[in-house]
Amino acid sequence: MLNNLSLQQAKQLLRQKKATSLELTRFYLERIKKLEPKISAFITVCEKEAQDQAKKADELLSQGDKKPLLGIPISVKDNFNTIGIQTTASSKVLESYIPPYDATVVASLKRAGAVIVGKTNMDAWAHGSSTETSDFGPTKNPWNIKTLPGGSSGGSAASVAADEVVASIGSETAGSIRQPAAWCGVVGLKPTYGRVSRYGVVAMGSSLDSPGPITKTVEDSAMILNILAGKDKFDATTSPNIVEDYSKNLNKNISGLKIGISSKYFKKCESEVEKKVEQALKVFEELGAKIQEIKLFDPQYAIAVYTIIQRAEVSSNLARYDGIRYGNGRSKFGEEAKRRIMLGTYALSAGYYDQYYNKAQKVRTLIIEDFKKAFKQVDVIVGPTSPSTALPLGASKGHPMFGEMADILVEPSSIAGLPGINVPCGFSREDLPVGMQIIGPQFSESIILNVANQFEKNTDFHKVKPKL
Amino acid sequence: MKYTPVIGLEVHVELYTKSKMFCSCSADYFGKKPNTHTCPVCLGLPGALPVPNKKAIEWCIAIGLALNCQIPTFSKFDRKNYFYPDLPKGYQISQYDQPFCVNGNITLSNGKKIRITRAHMEEDTAKLTHAEVNAKNVSLIDFNRSGVPLVEIVTEPDFENAVEVVEYLKLLQQTVRYLGVSEADMEKGDMRLEPNISLKRPGENGLPGYKVEVKNINSFKFVEKAINFELERQKELLEKGETPKQETRGWNEQKQATLSQRSKEEAHDYRYFPEPDIPLFTISREDVTKTKKSLPELPQAKLARFKKQYSLTSYDAEILTREKQTADFFDEAVKIGNAHNIIPKQIANIIINKKTDLEKTLPAELIRTIKAQTSRVTIDQSDLEKIVGEVIKENKNIVAAYKAGKTNAIQVLIGIVMQKTKGQANANDVKSLLENQLR
Repeated sequence: MLNNLSLQQAKQLLRQKKATSLELTRFYLERIKKLEPKISAFITVCEKEAQDQAKKADELLSQGDKKPLLGIPISVKDNFNTIGIQTTASSKVLESYIPPYDATVVASLKRAGAVIVGKTNMDAWAHGSSTETSDFGPTKNPWNIKTLPGGSSGGSAASVAADEVVASIGSETAGSIRQPAAWCGVVGLKPTYGRVSRYGVVAMGSSLDSPGPITKTVEDSAMILNILAGKDKFDATTSPNIVEDYSKNLNKNISGLKIGISSKYFKKCESEVEKKVEQALKVFEELGAKIQEIKLFDPQYAIAVYTIIQRAEVSSNLARYDGIRYGNGRSKFGEEAKRRIMLGTYALSAGYYDQYYNKAQKVRTLIIEDFKKAFKQVDVIVGPTSPSTALPLGASKGHPMFGEMADILVEPSSIAGLPGINVPCGFSREDLPVGMQIIGPQFSESIILNVANQFEKNTDFHKVKPKL
Repeated sequence: MKYTPVIGLEVHVELYTKSKMFCSCSADYFGKKPNTHTCPVCLGLPGALPVPNKKAIEWCIAIGLALNCQIPTFSKFDRKNYFYPDLPKGYQISQYDQPFCVNGNITLSNGKKIRITRAHMEEDTAKLTHAEVNAKNVSLIDFNRSGVPLVEIVTEPDFENAVEVVEYLKLLQQTVRYLGVSEADMEKGDMRLEPNISLKRPGENGLPGYKVEVKNINSFKFVEKAINFELERQKELLEKGETPKQETRGWNEQKQATLSQRSKEEAHDYRYFPEPDIPLFTISREDVTKTKKSLPELPQAKLARFKKQYSLTSYDAEILTREKQTADFFDEAVKIGNAHNIIPKQIANIIINKKTDLEKTLPAELIRTIKAQTSRVTIDQSDLEKIVGEVIKENKNIVAAYKAGKTNAIQVLIGIVMQKTKGQANANDVKSLLENQLR
């Protein structure tokens, strides 16, 4: 009865008193115990804390409390600060760091009544798209444990795909939610930059980082965004724009909706991925949407821009781990972090700033304009999320640009701060999930969630679960 | 050979806002128990983000306006990247190419204009103490100061000697105190100075090819000594045909000398880039006008007004305007005194001679006291006439000015008579006696 519950289903179960939060939490803790040797989605499992939270939730539930996530077991990526619980960002540098504060996202989840069962694995410092660069070992894709889950939020996506939790929270700088969601066959929403607070998220690319939900359904994604979105007095870059009720507009007719596609995005893909996304477009057409080809910059420009801006920000953001605090010195940084620190430091150095960083910012503006132009013609843009399905374990080793290639199709919209959502849209011959992304203008979360939900309602891909 | 000193100044002023620059911790750190005014933001913990203090920015702009700066419409914060144990983030949030205030100036008493390049906002660092604990040498870090708002005011190299520098510094200190934005107490470190000093060879065009920055100066006396020491040291090198090294030196009070701290070869590349955690600022012209209108009368304007309106000597006016509280007290007392025929000079004398505790006295009380004194002890009329005669003889210039139509000059004469009679005469009587004798 407790298997493969969506957030909506789990909520009903608890409300109808068919299960208690403690039962649900213990069910997941058991499942984690059973599956972790295979998947390794977690860095920390909060067995005791989770059960304590569940007991509290049950008390409130019995009093008829209506907190939106009351008693629901979820996981959180290990780059979100959690008070009293080790937060490593998958780096040895922080292996003994216990934060004295909660990230705003974590505080919001707790306020909503969620039960945090554990902290999920990721690429160290979120540098990567494989979760293989974690200093605590790789996470495996629940669909085929010989393949990668994607990343950097690979642990979060795997924990949802493996049904180790009801839902999870990830963070995306460029692809880190959507790409692992695609490879693990789950729903991953990267909100508009500034829609969800970054306060308490171990900083990676500060001008890009966007926390967001990884869930089993689109409806769940909307429910969690409702809790996370909004202005935060601790994050000056959060937007004062009104937070919509994202669950309200999930069932709007998309007849007449204009969907843009760019052949440049499809050309970069494996043919199987290309085919599945093209088939998905047919679903939209059947629902009355109009598909039209639009002109967008080749995504390769976004890679160049992203590589420079993100490395520059990383080099500065990682400076605080100076060996004086947190117990470990800089020698504990992994290869990828070192590479990024050196590249970013170089790009910001006197004499190179204009040539690299400044130029990248200018091109970034052009990319933003490019999307603005596109959204004058169409309502949303649809394309493949990742050029491939899950790659085999070890694929990222020795390829410093692995992440950039795996994320080539999500980097342009990340650079522009746009929201995007991945939904499962089929399976490869090897039974690996294929993901499709829907991108909208800034603060169009309601629209892309609705488009994604219309697709999900009319397809069964989200119902297929990995055999574990 | 005659060398021309070329001196510029960087001054850091710590603002006394309630909270720190980027978090809500109390900024009042002096003498507090170490590491009690801290939070994830000012400790630079992973994931913490800065949120700028609006009041501090308003005050920075007020300082800029007081220094006749322009306030650009667009401004932003930048990260200044460098490693030091007192800097928990590995970078300081500062302003690089778009500070809040630019292109100001201040005029010294000798008429010389000192150009202000910029005034920008940044955060203070934590404080390091090197101590011995359990027979081990250790460095202790107190983060109470980390993130306290600082305004850095940079001048062009327009100073030619230590006297000019000290006058500018005193005026700057007085100005921020008038604005009520900083205590500017040098000993507490509220105000820190870094002169950069070089010498220009005769006939040399442009700026000298080197400059020496001097740090660790915490009093006006030291700045004077340090500058004079540097000028002498550099002159000796130049006379030997050497060019002084471009470097940072520190003032050592014990040795009465500046000592080398860091040479050009070790100079930092701060890798400035726009702080992505703080959105850009658009400063509206309305806000600038509002801030401008809210500025109090500034020290130089007040000094000029006191001299003119109250016919005070420069000496008296300077003392009375040194602190805003005194000046305000005086203004108020004069207003009340007017109705009782008590002239400004009488009030000035009492305040300057510290015959009264301003903190415990109201202006009206002071006037009552003066009145009581003058009515109790009176001077003999013939003695008074004699004194008036003497004063007229001794102050030919003022008398001439009066006769030439500067009727206000009589106030000065009244003041002098009042001083000579130790305030025992009635100012009105003195006035009519003077008028009679000058007719």
